[in-house]
Amino acid sequence: MHEYSIVQALMAQVEVEARKYRAVTVEKVELKIGELSGVEVDLLRTAFETFRERSICARASLEIEVVPARWSCPSCKELFQAGCRLQCPDCRQPAQLESGDEIVLQRIEMEAA
Amino acid sequence: MCETCGCGDPELVPVEIQQSILAGNDRVAAHNREHFADAGLLAINLMGSPGSGKTALLEATATAWPHESRLGAISGDLATTRDADRLGAAGVPSLSITTGSSCHLDAELVHTALHDLDWHGLDLLFIENVGNLVCPAVYDLGQTVNVVALSVTEGEDKPLKYPVMFRKADLVLLTKTDLLPHLDVDVAAIEDGLARTMPAAAMIPVSAKTGEGITDWIAWLNRRLPTLAGAGSARTKTAAGR
Repeated sequence: MHEYSIVQALMAQVEVEARKYRAVTVEKVELKIGELSGVEVDLLRTAFETFRERSICARASLEIEVVPARWSCPSCKELFQAGCRLQCPDCRQPAQLESGDEIVLQRIEMEAA
Repeated sequence: MCETCGCGDPELVPVEIQQSILAGNDRVAAHNREHFADAGLLAINLMGSPGSGKTALLEATATAWPHESRLGAISGDLATTRDADRLGAAGVPSLSITTGSSCHLDAELVHTALHDLDWHGLDLLFIENVGNLVCPAVYDLGQTVNVVALSVTEGEDKPLKYPVMFRKADLVLLTKTDLLPHLDVDVAAIEDGLARTMPAAAMIPVSAKTGEGITDWIAWLNRRLPTLAGAGSARTKTAAGR
């Protein structure tokens, strides 16, 4: 599934940073994954564990913050409840997704040379 | 020695990144989007389950297109060039992307395909994504609009089960409506599911077989055709297919 290609992109980003800091190993990788991003967290973990072998992330722990989906009206800023129709009953505006579609590399901890 | 707690462990360097993991894909997608905008082209990312009727829909669209416009297609599949072959036979210059094991198209695959397809004179480019209701929604290709084909045989709960896909849809085409007399499908339930997953829910029921809804679908596309400066909506008629 696509979680494998996401991990490959992640590894490439981590390697760029590791080269910048001349890191020996990466100890921790922190991600932010939105509930509506389309990324399945368990599959992402499995893919990470598969691909990190023999890479600079071989010993890295993976921390994932899952961001819930938050919808609001762009006009009156009212928040929508989960499962509701996505049109503001007062303003008739379509809801806007404020958060919940992130696929973000937040932070890494590296052991420098 | 670690300066934080005085232990003998090596110092860990924390680095804030705050970057999208798909930044590489998104850069290429932005590049594709610029190309399409410069050419005044409407690029449609057509998604849907395997068997939802995407290729048949495009065949019917090409057949029914009422005026002088040039349509083209890029068709993605794990194997075979059948979709592109069918569209070529229907008069739509088409290129196949055979992804092998990849379950979705990405911006780089589309960018590479643009080198091999003469797209500069096109008004519309249909990017027929790999049949899949999950992965294609994650990858920006540089398209102008997202259209999702959902067939009446797939079940009323698909919008609620696949909110990631339907959130991204600008339009849902409810396909194979010619089968409705043979099914117990509550179309209102599908519309309700879309209203709860699609911010500006829009659905057109269509049948590639009978032609139902195809005129409305073509009108929807025509309203979104960019007009080239000085050219209005006039397009030069060309020979069909390649």
